[in-house]
Amino acid sequence: MNKLLLGRYLPGDSWVHRLDPRTKLMASFYYIAIIFLANNWQSYLLMFAVTMAMLAASKIKLGFFLRGVRPMIWLILFTVVLQIFFTKGGPTYWSFGWLAITQFGLVNGAFIFMRFVLIIFVSTLLTLTTQPLSLADAVESLLRPLRKLHVPVTELALVLQIALRFVPTLMDQTTKIMNAQRARGVDFGSGNLFQQMKAVVPLLIPLFVDSFTIAEDLATAMDARGYQGGDNRTKYRVLNYHRADVFAGLAMVVLTAALVLLRA
Amino acid sequence: MAEAITIDHLNFHYPDADHPTLKDISLTVHQGEWVAIIGHNGSGKSTLAKNINGLLAPDSGTVVVGGLTLAEDTVWDIRAKVGIVFQNPDNQFVGATVADDVAFGLENRGVPRPEMLVRVRDALEAVGMSEFATREPARLSGGQKQRVAIAGIVAQRPDIIILDEATSMLDPAGRAEIVALIQKLRADTDLTVLSITHDIDEAAKANRVILLNDGEIREAGTPDEIFAYGPELIKLGLDVPYPEKLKAALAARGVKVPATYLSEEGLVDYLWTLHSTM
Repeated sequence: MNKLLLGRYLPGDSWVHRLDPRTKLMASFYYIAIIFLANNWQSYLLMFAVTMAMLAASKIKLGFFLRGVRPMIWLILFTVVLQIFFTKGGPTYWSFGWLAITQFGLVNGAFIFMRFVLIIFVSTLLTLTTQPLSLADAVESLLRPLRKLHVPVTELALVLQIALRFVPTLMDQTTKIMNAQRARGVDFGSGNLFQQMKAVVPLLIPLFVDSFTIAEDLATAMDARGYQGGDNRTKYRVLNYHRADVFAGLAMVVLTAALVLLRA
Repeated sequence: MAEAITIDHLNFHYPDADHPTLKDISLTVHQGEWVAIIGHNGSGKSTLAKNINGLLAPDSGTVVVGGLTLAEDTVWDIRAKVGIVFQNPDNQFVGATVADDVAFGLENRGVPRPEMLVRVRDALEAVGMSEFATREPARLSGGQKQRVAIAGIVAQRPDIIILDEATSMLDPAGRAEIVALIQKLRADTDLTVLSITHDIDEAAKANRVILLNDGEIREAGTPDEIFAYGPELIKLGLDVPYPEKLKAALAARGVKVPATYLSEEGLVDYLWTLHSTM
């Protein structure tokens, strides 16, 4: 579970941490979109420099971001290799039957690699500096207009919030059940694929039953505390845009303009 | 004394059960009183608690809480008056952080945010969890989570707090912590406490103990009166408090001990004065 970097918030007090989660969410999506505008080395260099500046502003060690790339490395290399071998154009450096390495291929491969790394860096930056709960708040706040279309945004947000809240509880439960089953002789993580799949069954069934018990208890507790759903609830947690959020928004606009000027 | 809870000839039967769970229960709890309900597993203790705040609806009989008769249109008002702390510390923690969880009940009632901030802060202070306000539940002990659950109820300013085996999943230190907290809250406010428990030490702190057996009230009286039954309590599936066990063991060895219930300190006092000539 330690390899799963998604949703692993690193507490901190940097400028990036303090941004409103809505700003960070929108800016990240926007940033990922404009990465696709870059199409020459000048524009990629600009995006690379800006990304590095953002990572530096978060005061998080570069290692954490590189670790975010690791699970994706095979997918990235596969795509890059495909680009290198199958893009035709410019001087040919090497060829074997229908495979050829051309200048265009190499350049495209390098661009694709950059694009992947930048996208992963930016999305890792979002999840490392924003609590999952704040992200859930941001999603709720951004989707609020949908309430007019009778989308139960508040309820969905509560569902999301409770799901996030119970992730550690269920992980604890999983560890407990695994230990209990190990004590009874279940061997996790050895044998062939089929045996391993079979070993998971005595883990999943108790976990499933537990989840239902938790859900029932939780529903009773919520009922007892007066939960009736609906839009009459007030909110304890509120989001507020600050000056830094305006600044971040403006920075995105300036960046877009610079990209448009630089791209070929 | 005003009556906090009046239950009159209450009967309850789970739809798929063979026997009724609660049979003709009548009892009155006065404002500011601490009543303990004890009984073995399946004696109907928790079912009784759920009947008081309308989580379950009685088959017959009436429940009056703070002057309101429990019915479909009063159930939300009654739930505002009655807070329940449940058994499992994890499964009743709704909020993502301590402060969020305390605020949950207030959000449900549409309390305006400025007031909510004050009430959450005060409630956390009352249970001694102020410094944990931004912590996540995964980083709290069981006793701390139950304190947060109590804070969530305190923030709603109820008249009655029901502890539904709230200490049964805690270690001895956690139990003592919660019982001490309830005593402190009672000293500060006019809170009525109904504690449903297996733990006789918790029951011993009550003003009155009600012994439930197979859905019926078997005995009711002061802790002294109830615990004087000693061996019979064990037969009804209860654990007898340590001083009582010690008394029985001393009596078996021919030491003269008083027949009434004694607290641990009371017994120590009795024993050290036994041969003292002071």
